[in-house]
Amino acid sequence: MPTIYIDDQPYEVPEGDNVLQACLSAGLDLPYFCWHPAMGSVGACRQCALVQFRDEQDTQGRIVMGCMTPVAEGARFSMQGPDASEFRSKIIQSLMLNHPHDCPVCAEGGECHLQDMTVMVGHRKRSYRGRKNTHRNQYLGPLVHHEMNRCIACYRCTRYYNDYAGGTDLAAQGAHDHVYFGRQQDGVLESEFAGNLVEVCPTGVFTDKPLVNDYTRKWDLQSAPSVCVGCALGCNTSVGERYGKLKRIHNRYNTEVNNYFLCDRGRYGGNFVNDESRPLFAGLRNQQQRYDAIEQQQALDTLAEWCGTGRRVAAIGSPRASLESNYLLRRLVGVENFNSGMADHEAALLSQVHGLLASNGVVTPSLQQVEHADAVFILGEDVTNTAPRLALALRQSVRSKAFELAAELKIPVWQDEAVRVLAQQQRSPLHIVAMSDTRLDDVAASTAAHSPDDIARLGYAVAAALDNSLPAIEDLASDLQSRAQQIADDLRSASRPLVISGTASQSAAVIDAAAAIARALSQTDKMLSFCLPEANSLGVAMLADAQQPSFSELTRRSNNGEIDTLLVLENDLYRRAPQSSVEALLKNAGKVVVLDCVDTATMSCSALALPTASFAEAEGTLVSSEARAQRYYPAFLPAEQRQPAWQWLKQMGQQLQPARFDPLPHFDDITAACAADCPALSRIAEAGPNAGFRIRGLKVPRQPHRYSGRTAMLSNHNVHEPKQPVDEDTPLAFTMEGASGARPGALLPFVWAPGWNSNQSVHKFQSRVGGPVSGGTAGVRLIEPQQEVSHSVLPPQPVFTASDAVLWLLPLHRIFGSDELSARAPAVAELVSQPFIQLNTTSAHRLNLNEGDYAILSWADTRCEVQVQINDAIPDGCAGYGMDLPGAAWLPPDTHASITAADGGSDV
Amino acid sequence: MSETMTIIFAISVMLAAVGGAAVLTWFERRLLGIWQDRYGPNRLGPGGILQVVADMLKLLTKHDWVPPFADRWVFIFAPTAIVVAMLLGFAVVPFGPGLHIIDVNIGLLFFIGMTSLAVYSVLLGGLASNNKYALLGGLRSAAQMVSYEVFMGLSLMGVVMLSGSFSMQDIVESQRDGWYCVSQSLGLFVFTIAAIAESHRLPFDLPEAEHELTAGFHTEYSGMKFAMFMLGEYLGLILISCMITTLFFGGWLAPFGATWLPPIVWFSLKTFIIICFFVLLRAAIPRPRYDQLMSLGWKVMLPLTLVNLVVTGAVALWMQGA
Amino acid sequence: MNIFSALASQFRTMWRILLHTFTRAETVQYPEQKPYLAPRYRGRIVLTLDPDGDERCVACNLCAAACPPDCIALQQGTREDGRWYPEFFRINFSRCIMCGLCEEACPTNAIQLIPDFEMCEYDRSSMVYEKEHLMIDGPGKYHDYNFYRVAGMEIEGKAKGEAQNEAPPIDVRSLLP
Repeated sequence: MPTIYIDDQPYEVPEGDNVLQACLSAGLDLPYFCWHPAMGSVGACRQCALVQFRDEQDTQGRIVMGCMTPVAEGARFSMQGPDASEFRSKIIQSLMLNHPHDCPVCAEGGECHLQDMTVMVGHRKRSYRGRKNTHRNQYLGPLVHHEMNRCIACYRCTRYYNDYAGGTDLAAQGAHDHVYFGRQQDGVLESEFAGNLVEVCPTGVFTDKPLVNDYTRKWDLQSAPSVCVGCALGCNTSVGERYGKLKRIHNRYNTEVNNYFLCDRGRYGGNFVNDESRPLFAGLRNQQQRYDAIEQQQALDTLAEWCGTGRRVAAIGSPRASLESNYLLRRLVGVENFNSGMADHEAALLSQVHGLLASNGVVTPSLQQVEHADAVFILGEDVTNTAPRLALALRQSVRSKAFELAAELKIPVWQDEAVRVLAQQQRSPLHIVAMSDTRLDDVAASTAAHSPDDIARLGYAVAAALDNSLPAIEDLASDLQSRAQQIADDLRSASRPLVISGTASQSAAVIDAAAAIARALSQTDKMLSFCLPEANSLGVAMLADAQQPSFSELTRRSNNGEIDTLLVLENDLYRRAPQSSVEALLKNAGKVVVLDCVDTATMSCSALALPTASFAEAEGTLVSSEARAQRYYPAFLPAEQRQPAWQWLKQMGQQLQPARFDPLPHFDDITAACAADCPALSRIAEAGPNAGFRIRGLKVPRQPHRYSGRTAMLSNHNVHEPKQPVDEDTPLAFTMEGASGARPGALLPFVWAPGWNSNQSVHKFQSRVGGPVSGGTAGVRLIEPQQEVSHSVLPPQPVFTASDAVLWLLPLHRIFGSDELSARAPAVAELVSQPFIQLNTTSAHRLNLNEGDYAILSWADTRCEVQVQINDAIPDGCAGYGMDLPGAAWLPPDTHASITAADGGSDV
Repeated sequence: MSETMTIIFAISVMLAAVGGAAVLTWFERRLLGIWQDRYGPNRLGPGGILQVVADMLKLLTKHDWVPPFADRWVFIFAPTAIVVAMLLGFAVVPFGPGLHIIDVNIGLLFFIGMTSLAVYSVLLGGLASNNKYALLGGLRSAAQMVSYEVFMGLSLMGVVMLSGSFSMQDIVESQRDGWYCVSQSLGLFVFTIAAIAESHRLPFDLPEAEHELTAGFHTEYSGMKFAMFMLGEYLGLILISCMITTLFFGGWLAPFGATWLPPIVWFSLKTFIIICFFVLLRAAIPRPRYDQLMSLGWKVMLPLTLVNLVVTGAVALWMQGA
Repeated sequence: MNIFSALASQFRTMWRILLHTFTRAETVQYPEQKPYLAPRYRGRIVLTLDPDGDERCVACNLCAAACPPDCIALQQGTREDGRWYPEFFRINFSRCIMCGLCEEACPTNAIQLIPDFEMCEYDRSSMVYEKEHLMIDGPGKYHDYNFYRVAGMEIEGKAKGEAQNEAPPIDVRSLLP
């Protein structure tokens, strides 16, 4: 490690860093704007200036930009010296020339990097007398608020939006001091990662729109470390609350998972927590089929009666509930009466994925490893819509080629512009074979859309091209054969190849083909990743037991009258199985008890409905698609009778089976019992610090030390302030008192450091700038690659032949709308499209349908009417549907529907 | 006096002392008000005198609370001890010629003994409260009182040497030729300071020092138990003023041969002036630091007392010889 | 000698205090006799209107952050004309220490302390003032200041570029300098 001298003090700094990074890593406060640890340096803002001296004798020195200067052994700099300080303060003065004096009405105020830096250099008064430039704002959609006057032209937004996230509709426009960052015209930002502009922008140009309209300053938010429930990636989030409402979700730094960025579903989807339709009280259905609110004890007594001895009780868990809740439910009714809450085909796919992860001998990469992959092959997934943050990581992975080229010329990786100019359009290969076009096509080396059967066949062909011992695929079209060869060559010549597949195609063969490719590769750093549907899909798959009844088995039992009471945990069964079979299940099951945090169609069928706490009000452990177990903690206490599902189940258990449930008074006890009962989950207790964890004897506070209004926020109800609630189940406290400074990454409710009020303060918690959190990265990986066991490959699929009569309905997932919970958030709901069906031109012509027409889909005993979109990327003989067709929330895999034009057309 | 008369007199002295202490709470506040350029309690009754009744009513009607973490019996015993000890001290005070409850030949020692007992009250109150502030207050009072006890007794030995008796009446009688405040001025000075420290009044109220220890040893006390501590303190103030009058200012003797007022009036007048002086001390002098208090005691007061003792002894011997 | 001068100082103090027997009390017989309260006396808190008669408070939360006893709570909302305003604004006067830090912190001169301290109540809950109790119909001590005339945020009736010291909005598509 080279030693550099800053103000004559020696510092040992990491090799290859720039001086700005080195200064920040050393704990020095050097102001900066345009540099970002994930995006490197361009030297645009001129703020991180230092004076560099040739040697000890040199007293003159020269001004250099810290972010553009590599560290070198013995280099000497002056940071506090008058030249450097004056230069920096002049820069701030000029950046502030046109600043609009609106901090009080700015949603960035109090966590503004510009404020911090201005205070840091000591600029107090605007001495320029001229008039301020002004700009008109743009409407950028329901997620991001635009206030262009506050811009300091650091170019971080376009560098993030265009270069990092691959967006095309935000750009720097105009010239000199007229430069404007916005779209060509008003409109919704197209990128699925536009929300990160809120955190990337060092001032208040881009702010969180839902927050702006119901605003709370950062210092007034009660926050907790949480895990996103929007998809299975398990991005780490920080949930902020005020007055019992979830106010915002911010990124929580985790090097191995989401790093500095979230997708918009994760950032804005959590607002479903504030939905007023969420149940507040336990409801018992009365004779008039309406619900009477009842006391908690009455609810538990009713349950005890319905689940007592002699009653045949069955239960359905949920892949969106925590491991602890699922485990307690299983413990309550017994393995032989518990189902994981997935339909048979989905359960089969997940158990297949679990088996492959555990025994395929291939690493399941973290997102950080994904970013470093140098050849990627995606089978059957539109990653941007099924696992959005993974798509952002894949966009970085195609730059591996650029970094290779840069390394040859000894250009450091942080020299962002140089690396990009050097690489131009050269990318490492990304091959996509999906069911339609995808949002990653612009950086892909090749893309193709096929039916799942053909995707699997192509996959097996690639595997066969890699490994001669595998049977060759017959009847493969010559273009597919050459494509398979091309993909195989790219994967073979890469040093860190990655194969991605998932459950979106609902095809076991596709998953199997992906695994076969991964096995066939010979590199030691080969990787295999699966996109899974829900936050805890893999968790419940790992919790599953061979004795468990399948969903259809439960339905059969119910129809035979073998179930007296059915408990359903946080699961809308109508999204799992056909309406008719769910209706039969619920109708024949005697008493149906539904625990859920949102009001669902299933809950409307219950005899007893129990309100549970959402992810923001409860603690729990989720297993991400990387098999990383992560803990989320409650940011605030649930209102009224809502309580975490595990609390309900624990109380139920204590009433029914005291001997088995009394030893589990606290959350940690339940986690430990789950780990003990399920070998695959034996390490989940390490997912996050337990309730006994203390830093220097102190709990971690959820509130910043400047939290305001303690003696007034509830005084309209009672002028006597209530005691702060005691949190017995987590190491966090509902106060502003407690430990500050370094702590494990799992316990970062918010980031703040003296002088650093913005989220840039996260570097104060890192072991080095851009490195892991100094207290340890959050989460524990449950599955590490095992020795490969022999696998038999599934027999190749038959060739899919397009039929004229019926079209194969393929699910097209959407980042906004496909997920049950996030679609209930108002801002996200604005972006959810109408139900649609996509056809290619050929099919549309044959069916005599045009864009915007309404078509009637019919299969089995179901019919529904839906609008038509023309998309030529849809394979022949197939039709894509957006999730949630009207009246048919769930479609079984391999649904072939006949499509006819709706008479009367578009007046529906 | 007959036995009945003594009992009646004793009871009236007790009532007068307690009543005086009660009135003193109001009087002190008014006097402090005058010296601090404000009014003090002046709303209730003529000149605000009924404030005493109001305070009493308030204290009497307060919840008789013993903290659950306190040592219950000791906690209750502590405030009673100080009142009893101080009231007993009045037994030897000569209010006039032949006007006393008892004139024992060790009257002065009895007085010193009784005032020393008061330390138990403060110490036990602090300990029994099971509260860090109370404990600190108790510790301070123990150290402070033990230290000042030493030369408080010694400072009076000059008086004893000159009068040749421990009996209070004898000491008063022996001042007919001149009050000891002249010949024993050093003794008076030391005794006054020691007495303030002993009764832990301002400026030597370090055991309660509200700025640092909330209320020191009586932090946990409220209602009547708190009132008893206060009563003890004011009784102590009166008792000590009585003693200074008796020992240094000729007791009930009329000054300048002005015998047209009865001796008891002279006694009361002198005591009253001394009480006023103590109030003035409270109004004027700030509280020293704890270490300053201790070093003053051991490094200044004790040597001064010893010097006083030796010189007085020598003079007394010389005069005896002459 | 140090000790004697120290002693003398103590006696001098006592003497000077004794002389105060003959001075008048500085305090007054409130409530019969009312003291003079300067216009900047820090008493009851009010919310004022700007010179145009519109709400001054922009719900920036700075007063709440500055408040030592944390007795101010509010929630921001956005009005249809684009102005930020407090949806509710609550001061718990039973906790307020009249320190005036909220007034110091207020960037819009909305919150002001006035020379009125007579707010005794038998019921503590009556000391909790909501926005309607705090609002007065005027600009208070600062007659001319109007935050939105200075700040660059666009509101109805004041477009971009119309605030104090602002140039008209830039036309990005223009090539003119």
